[in-house]
Amino acid sequence: MEEIKKTCLYEEHVKLNAKIEEFAGFLMPILYTSIKDEHIAVREKVGMFDVSHMGEFVIKGKEATAFVDNIFTNSILDKENGTVTYGMMLYPNGTIVDDLLVYKVNNEEYFFVVNASNITKDYAWVVDQTENFDVTVKNLSEEYSEIAIQGPEAEAKVKELLGLDLSDLPFFNFKNAEYDKYQLLISRTGYTGEDGFEIYACAEAITELWQIFIKGGVVPCGLGSRDTLRFEAALPLYGHEISDEITPLEAGLKFFTKIDSESDFIGKTALLNQQAQGLTRRVVGIELSKLGIPRAGYPIVKDGEEVGFVTTGYLSITLDKPIAMAMIDQRFTKKDTEIEVKIRNKTIPGFVRDKKFLKKNYKTKGA
Amino acid sequence: MSKVLKDLLYSKSHEWVKKLNEEEVLIGISDYAAKQLGSIVFVDLPEAGDTVEAESEFGAVESVKAASDLISPVTGEVIEINEELVGEPELVNEDPYSAWLIKVKLDNPEELEELLSADDYEEIL
Repeated sequence: MEEIKKTCLYEEHVKLNAKIEEFAGFLMPILYTSIKDEHIAVREKVGMFDVSHMGEFVIKGKEATAFVDNIFTNSILDKENGTVTYGMMLYPNGTIVDDLLVYKVNNEEYFFVVNASNITKDYAWVVDQTENFDVTVKNLSEEYSEIAIQGPEAEAKVKELLGLDLSDLPFFNFKNAEYDKYQLLISRTGYTGEDGFEIYACAEAITELWQIFIKGGVVPCGLGSRDTLRFEAALPLYGHEISDEITPLEAGLKFFTKIDSESDFIGKTALLNQQAQGLTRRVVGIELSKLGIPRAGYPIVKDGEEVGFVTTGYLSITLDKPIAMAMIDQRFTKKDTEIEVKIRNKTIPGFVRDKKFLKKNYKTKGA
Repeated sequence: MSKVLKDLLYSKSHEWVKKLNEEEVLIGISDYAAKQLGSIVFVDLPEAGDTVEAESEFGAVESVKAASDLISPVTGEVIEINEELVGEPELVNEDPYSAWLIKVKLDNPEELEELLSADDYEEIL
C-alpha cells in the first residue's frame, strides 16, 4: 500500500472540524457541518471545495496537438487557445481509461486534469502513447493544489475577496491571473451544475486563498456534497457511470466524442463498431414512485428479471425525490418504462426518465 | 460523548430495547449510532404484521451518503411502527431514545437476557 497522502489544506480541514476519510489515497474532508447544508450553499450562494487531490499533467512538444487529438475523445483541433474541453481517454476496445479536462494553452502545450484515483494509471497510459510523437509528458500533480469556488455568487465573491474581475471569462475558458505574489490558473469550470471557478496554484497560494474565502463567508464543502451536486447535474463519476468496462456510448456521452468527424483517436473503431451493432445497455435516469433510496450497486429489476444496476442514486436534496442514474438493458431504456429497484429485501417501483434532474445554471456567455 | 440511558437494554449493533411489559418492547437506535450516521434522511421500516428475527436485518436508517442496516435485537412480530418517522426521519437525530422505530411482540421474552445492560454497552463504545 502506498502511504495515504494529505493535501496542503489538510490542517485547514482539521481546524474546521471536518469529518475526514480516505478517498483515492488522500485524507479528504467528507463534510464540515452537513452534506445537505453544503449542497444548498452551492445551489443558492457559494461554496468551496478542496480538490487538490486531482491530477495535473502537462503535455508539451511540436506534435502536442496531434498527440492529444489521438488520445482524447473530444475535438481540440478547432478550439482556441485558452479553452477547456471535457472528454475521455479510451482503451482500443472503447472502454474508458479516465475522463478529464483538457486545457489548451497553445498548439504545443496542453494541461490535463484527471481523477485522483487514476493518476498513476493515466500517467503510465499517456506516456505509453507518446512513442510516435514529438512530445513530453510531465506529471505535476504534486506541484499543483486546487480549489473549486462554486455557486451563483462565485463570480461576485472572487471579485470581492481577491479583486479579480472574471466577468469576461466565458464558460469552459481559462486564464492566468496574479494574486499577491502568486500565479494562478483559473478556469470557469466545475462539477456541480452551477457557475463557478476552479483555481490551480502552488500549495502556499491555495492555502492563503482558502483562508481568505473562509474568512469572507464562502461555505467549505466536502466530497459528500460534491457527489450529491454532480449527481443532480447528471455528471458522470469514474467507477460509477463510467469505467474501464463501460464505453462513452453506453454512458450516454457520445456528445463528448468526435466519432462522427474525420479525426482518428484510440478507441474510435471500437465505438463505431458498437454504434453499428447497436448498444446492449445504456445509462438512464430513474425516478422512484415510492420512497426508498436507490444506492450504487442496487439491482434494477423488470418482471422479476435483473436488467441492470444503479450507478449513483440519492434522495435528491434539490428535488426531494429518490432519483438515480442506472446502467440498464437497452430494451428497457425508453422513457417512462416501469422498472423496480431492489433495495435490501424489498422492490420499490419506479420508471425510466431523462437525466435532466436539474436545470443547470451555467453562465454560457461571458459578461 | 454519546448518551446511554440506564433503563434500556442494548445490542452490539447499537440498537436499544425498551421493555413495555412482559411481552412487548420498543426498538430504536442508540445516540452513538445516530451520531455516527449524521443527518438521517430516511428510515426504512418493516410493516406491522411482519416478523423480525434476532440478529437479522429488519430495515435501515439512511443518511444522505449511506444506508446503515438495522439489526433486530429480538425475535417476534412487528405490531406497530413509528409512523412519525416517515415524514420526519430527523427525529431520530434529535432524540434517538424517544424516536422508537418499531414495537415488537416477543416470541421468547427470555431472549432479552442475552442483551447488554447500559453499563455493558458503555464499555464497548
